[in-house]
Amino acid sequence: MALVLQQIFNGLSVSSILLLIALGLAITFGLMKVINMAHGELIMIGAYTAYVVQGLFASYMPASAFDWYFVVAIPAAFLVAALFGLVLEMTMIRYLYGRPLDSLLATWGVGMILQQLARSIFGAPNVAVTSPSWLNGGLMIMPGLTLTYKRLFIIGLVIVCLLCMFLYIYRSAAGRRMRAVMQNRDMAASLGISTRKVDAATFAIGAGIGGVAGCALSLMGPIGPALGTYYIVDAFMVVVLGGVGKLLGTVLGALGMGLANTLFESFTDASIGKVFVFIAVIAFLQWRPTGFVSLRTRSLDTTD
Amino acid sequence: MLHVRQLESGYGESLVIRGVNLEVGEGQVVCVLGRNGVGKTTLLKTIMGILKTRAGEVEFAGRRMTKEGPHVRARAGMGYVPQGRDIFPQLTVQENLLLGLEAGRAEGGTIPEDIYAMFPSLPSLLKRRGGDLSGGQQQQLAIARALVTRPELLILDEPTEGIQPNIVEDIRAAIRQIKDSGVAVLLVEQNLEFVRQAADYFYMMEKGAIVAEGTIDRLDDADVLQHLTV
Repeated sequence: MALVLQQIFNGLSVSSILLLIALGLAITFGLMKVINMAHGELIMIGAYTAYVVQGLFASYMPASAFDWYFVVAIPAAFLVAALFGLVLEMTMIRYLYGRPLDSLLATWGVGMILQQLARSIFGAPNVAVTSPSWLNGGLMIMPGLTLTYKRLFIIGLVIVCLLCMFLYIYRSAAGRRMRAVMQNRDMAASLGISTRKVDAATFAIGAGIGGVAGCALSLMGPIGPALGTYYIVDAFMVVVLGGVGKLLGTVLGALGMGLANTLFESFTDASIGKVFVFIAVIAFLQWRPTGFVSLRTRSLDTTD
Repeated sequence: MLHVRQLESGYGESLVIRGVNLEVGEGQVVCVLGRNGVGKTTLLKTIMGILKTRAGEVEFAGRRMTKEGPHVRARAGMGYVPQGRDIFPQLTVQENLLLGLEAGRAEGGTIPEDIYAMFPSLPSLLKRRGGDLSGGQQQQLAIARALVTRPELLILDEPTEGIQPNIVEDIRAAIRQIKDSGVAVLLVEQNLEFVRQAADYFYMMEKGAIVAEGTIDRLDDADVLQHLTV
């Protein structure tokens, strides 16, 4: 019993990390249809931001305040990654809308530049971020079933991020403009919406959420310049599996991938488990090419 | 208020609009006529800024708009109701209306009551998604969405095309009301009877150019109507 519950918790934990990584992509890839191969590097930037904030706290703040550096690191990671995203959008992506292959190659190049930049600044070896002491340890439910605080914290962080995104996209005026531009660019502009500003803001938010994901990853282990490349494929997989363009789909996609991952891993080992997960995803997409959640109205029959 | 001079535009390599001159005065209803495929919709899209101007110029409310995008023109006071209506399908009716209100030049606030007075069926549909509405309801919503931006010039592209007959009459009544409220209208319309009632001036198009124009009483001259016979 405890083993099954522990596996489910581990599955949820993997899901929550996948979801956090995929949420940013759900915006840039799902809504804007930009294949941003540099998303992994935005995650890496978020992780290094956490590292820098930790360093600043260690040098300039009293030791008693050190434990709270992480609370500052999350919004800082969001802002830094969003800023990088904004610059990337304004200098490059803007000119590549509607050209998926070109944007794929160009963002891949940007990704490599950013990796090298990180290597130049922080050095090639991985660096460690010390978790705040209040995240060490875990909640013991019964013998053999321990919920570690770090994983619980990440699950909580994902829920908060999801909630903020939901409120922004579906309940705010800016989100309404964003959805209008993504659904019909010309018509949105004809109502007086500046589509350029909306594009830039949307891409920056997607990048910022990637930064938050990187911040969370710094809790899970050491971070390095190539941190993002481990996760980028999984993140695209989650978005496609869930159904492009829907938040709920991304949540289901991440849950499916995370739980399947732990399930297959418990039968086999890490690498064979991954192979099985990818086979399952491919088989699923053969059966339902649009993913878990697909948009369906009569008005969409003629578009796209 | 709208001056179009020697306008040229098109898609890709092909030139569709060839040297069009057109004027719309304050509070005037101007109708563009012509057979299918002569470039009426292309002309309106170019005036709105959705298609780029190749040559010539567009001046609106005393400002040169030739190089500006559609959002600048919309904020300057152009309202656009495209052919096919282009309701945002995933947004609710209310969200569609609010977009016009917030993005445009209106001061924000709530959707004005006179819009609902013009289209009494809209209030009961506010929570429905735009894509789930019937064609006639979508057309009414599209006109209402353009009107909440408080335009000085409303551009209407075949507002009664493919709409069920009982709603066609509502839409025509709305256009007359818009005219009475002093908003200028640039209209593409196939129904000559309605054009005679509502319009002040007409332009007849053929092969991307204006071949005849005049006050509406000139419309029935034989040399004008020959451009409409198929």
